[in-house]
Amino acid sequence: MIWSNAITSSPAKGDRFLFHVLRSFAGIAGILVVGILTFLVSESLPAFQQIGITAFVTDPSWHPTEGTYNLLPMFIGTMYATIGAVTLATPLGILTALFCQYYAPQAIASGYRAFIELLAGIPSVVYGLWGLVVLVPLIADLRPPGPSLFAGILILTIMIFPTVTLVSLSALQQVPKEYIQGATALGCTRWSMIRQIILPNTWPGILTGVTLQTGRAIGETMAILMVCGNVVQYPSSLFDPIRTLTANIALEMAYATDTHRASLFLTGLFLLTIVIVVIMSTQQARSNQAYG
Amino acid sequence: MRTPRKTPTPYIASAYSTRNIALCCDPDPLIQTRDLSLSYGNHQAIKNISLTIHRGCLTAIVGPSGSGKTSFLQCLNRLTDLLPDCTVSGRATIENLDILSPTIDVLQLRRRIGMIFQKPNPFPMSIQKNLEFPLKEHGVTATHLIQERIQRALMDVGLWNEVKDRMDTSALRLSGGQQQRLCIARALVLSPDVLLMDEPCSALDPLSSGTVEDLIFSLRGQYTIIIVTHNLAQAHRIADYVGVFWSQAQAGELIEFAPTHAIFEHPQQDLTAAYINGIRG
Amino acid sequence: MDKHSLFTYDMLSTTIIWTVAGLLGCLFFWLLGDLMRQGIPHLSWEFISEPPANAGRSGGITSILVSTGLILLICMVVALPIGLGTAIFLSEYTAETHPLATFTGRSLDVLASVPSIVFGLFGNAFFCQLLGLGFSILSGGLTLACMVLPILVRTTEQGFRALPLEYRTSAAALGLSKRATLIHLLLPAAIPALVVGFILGLGRAIAETAALIFTSGYVSRMPTSLFDSGRTLSIHIYDLSMNVPGGDQAAYATALVLILCVLTLNSLAQWMAKHWTYTRRMNI
Ligand SMILES: Nc1ncnc2c1ncn2[C@@H]1O[C@H](COP(=O)(O)OP(=O)(O)OP(=O)(O)O)[C@@H](O)[C@H]1O
Ligand SMILES: [Mg+2]
Repeated sequence: MIWSNAITSSPAKGDRFLFHVLRSFAGIAGILVVGILTFLVSESLPAFQQIGITAFVTDPSWHPTEGTYNLLPMFIGTMYATIGAVTLATPLGILTALFCQYYAPQAIASGYRAFIELLAGIPSVVYGLWGLVVLVPLIADLRPPGPSLFAGILILTIMIFPTVTLVSLSALQQVPKEYIQGATALGCTRWSMIRQIILPNTWPGILTGVTLQTGRAIGETMAILMVCGNVVQYPSSLFDPIRTLTANIALEMAYATDTHRASLFLTGLFLLTIVIVVIMSTQQARSNQAYG
Repeated sequence: MRTPRKTPTPYIASAYSTRNIALCCDPDPLIQTRDLSLSYGNHQAIKNISLTIHRGCLTAIVGPSGSGKTSFLQCLNRLTDLLPDCTVSGRATIENLDILSPTIDVLQLRRRIGMIFQKPNPFPMSIQKNLEFPLKEHGVTATHLIQERIQRALMDVGLWNEVKDRMDTSALRLSGGQQQRLCIARALVLSPDVLLMDEPCSALDPLSSGTVEDLIFSLRGQYTIIIVTHNLAQAHRIADYVGVFWSQAQAGELIEFAPTHAIFEHPQQDLTAAYINGIRG
Repeated sequence: MDKHSLFTYDMLSTTIIWTVAGLLGCLFFWLLGDLMRQGIPHLSWEFISEPPANAGRSGGITSILVSTGLILLICMVVALPIGLGTAIFLSEYTAETHPLATFTGRSLDVLASVPSIVFGLFGNAFFCQLLGLGFSILSGGLTLACMVLPILVRTTEQGFRALPLEYRTSAAALGLSKRATLIHLLLPAAIPALVVGFILGLGRAIAETAALIFTSGYVSRMPTSLFDSGRTLSIHIYDLSMNVPGGDQAAYATALVLILCVLTLNSLAQWMAKHWTYTRRMNI
């Protein structure tokens, strides 16, 4: 911000030294993403060369030890789980945020909020544990086998719901007080005020939160791995077990070699690309909104 | 050269309104600027300022808001370096040193030319640390020397008795006037030749403002002082020379520079006269 | 719409919102209640002070706590200087529009959203294989260091940016060097932000599992050096619940310990962010 001129004219040796040290630290931090990308690309190169990119969608199945590498079922699994969780968590999160902001009495609202903040901090492996021990047996009673896409969607929903709520809540809190006063003065009911005035003004903030959580859901590994059953297949119903891309990496990385290993890195590269695209599109949407 | 006036009675700033000495310091050029101009990006803030500041004198700079007074001061201690898009041209010298030269030791220059800001800005540290830290950075490390200088500076600004028992408390707990005097002490402790003061009294209440004004006046003679002020009465009371800045076509220019009595009694420029009378009336 | 149906909608929405909030509250109480009910009986001093026995079903988690501590230590020892240096560089030494600043800023934004399993892949390829560190506490700690860097940098950077500009100008006017201003003036004033960033980073690191499975590994023995593989609390939970029949009790108890750590860190960070900056503002 400042000092940038003075750097060139400063005679103090120590200053220049410190500047160079700090700049190289910033360089390391900046180059890290490039480094990660480079490693993913170079490690997955054998997969490109020896298997070819089309094989990942055209091969008959995922049996890397036998040379078949179809990732499509797992991609579909990831997508189903993510879409399911985001579709469930978004309305729930928004409703809960509305509850805290406009419906609950002060004391309940702040207690509820603190509770949600607590939940947002719980590690995913703990949600996975609970899902595995409590939720999966319940689902098994309903429709065996238990570990399933459904369990995955529920656990992911439970995981991302607190953050969706918190983001929506902070978007709600940024609505100018005058809007609310104006609406109240006109004698609107609470719901029509929310429908007509609050939600139209907050959806960009909420949308940003939802997209970020979509990224998180795509990348989530542990909880999904623990409750989804990890069978590589196209699910024919909600209650079929599935395997996601992330779970696949976690399960097979330990023993994978050669092209198998390379194809896991390729999966990682693919995941990273999706998440970056999702994040970038949010930022793009936000800056369009700011200027447009 | 000249003896400083007797120590003023505190809190009665109006004691000087009856001052009758025309000029109390001998002309002895210390700082000279020639065609000094400054731009922020494409916007020229000051244009062709040429003036001479005399050693030991108190020079007041007055003028309407935005006429470039602060910018002018910041050229003299190269604080303009901190602003990335700020360019300075022309010449400015202190004794024979070229202030604007890219090769001079800026830190040393700024030690020689202290600056006091409008808003008191002590560091968030103890009173002791506020004074000790700049000293140490300028190579004074012997404890007794540091202590001696700190005490003298605090005495000079009349703060010693007020703070000597709480040197280790935060400087931010002092009152506004005390903070401003501490900032002056912080500049004095480095034994500068010149003090640049940018509206040093305008953020203070009338009483503290009076105290600080008295302090500034008492420093006259020992230090060369350039003070920016919006208070013409204050300029009249304490200054030897007055420079009037005026923005003409956006850029600030020096429209008149003369000894105080000349400015106030026989202004040469209509603008100056109008400005002075406008404030009076 | 007539007045009557407006009121019907309002009633309906109020009912729905209260029901949803109530049900979700119950769901999460059920979850937390389960954790406590199953975990607390298993918690004891021995659980903390003894090494795991019988694949973790009995015994305690001492060696796991030690490994976790060591991994966090490595993570922070590496991330802290880089994070602090980057934050200072971004806030004090470059214009926000400078190419290096925008590049680093963008990279950090992307880094913040990289899935943790991808960090795991990178750590495995770079630290374990290329640098030859193998499955070790060192590899795990370094991988986590990459992961917590964005949060550390962003929090600290904001702390520096929040400092009044006058600090810099008045220090410069006294002829102080940038280095002195930084070390004696800005850094002490920005310490609270640094501490908050540090704690948030720790919280994120301690909760991490996926990035560690194939970098630090899951050997549950007491580590004797940083080159040993070490199992963290979160991996212990995963392993107990997935691979050890009858390990649920111990998994729940470990989960309680983990949650306790995370919550303590989070509330500490929140308290500091609120309290510390507040008192500072008051002083100025
Ligand atoms: N950092 C800056 N960047 C861009 N323009 C600036 C900057 N500082 C001052 N200016 C502009 O330069 C001109 C002169 O400003 P300056 O602060 O020197 O005036 P001033 O006489 O000190 O005013 P005041 O009496 O209000 O303090 C103004 O038009 C101002 O807008
Ligand atoms: Mg000014």
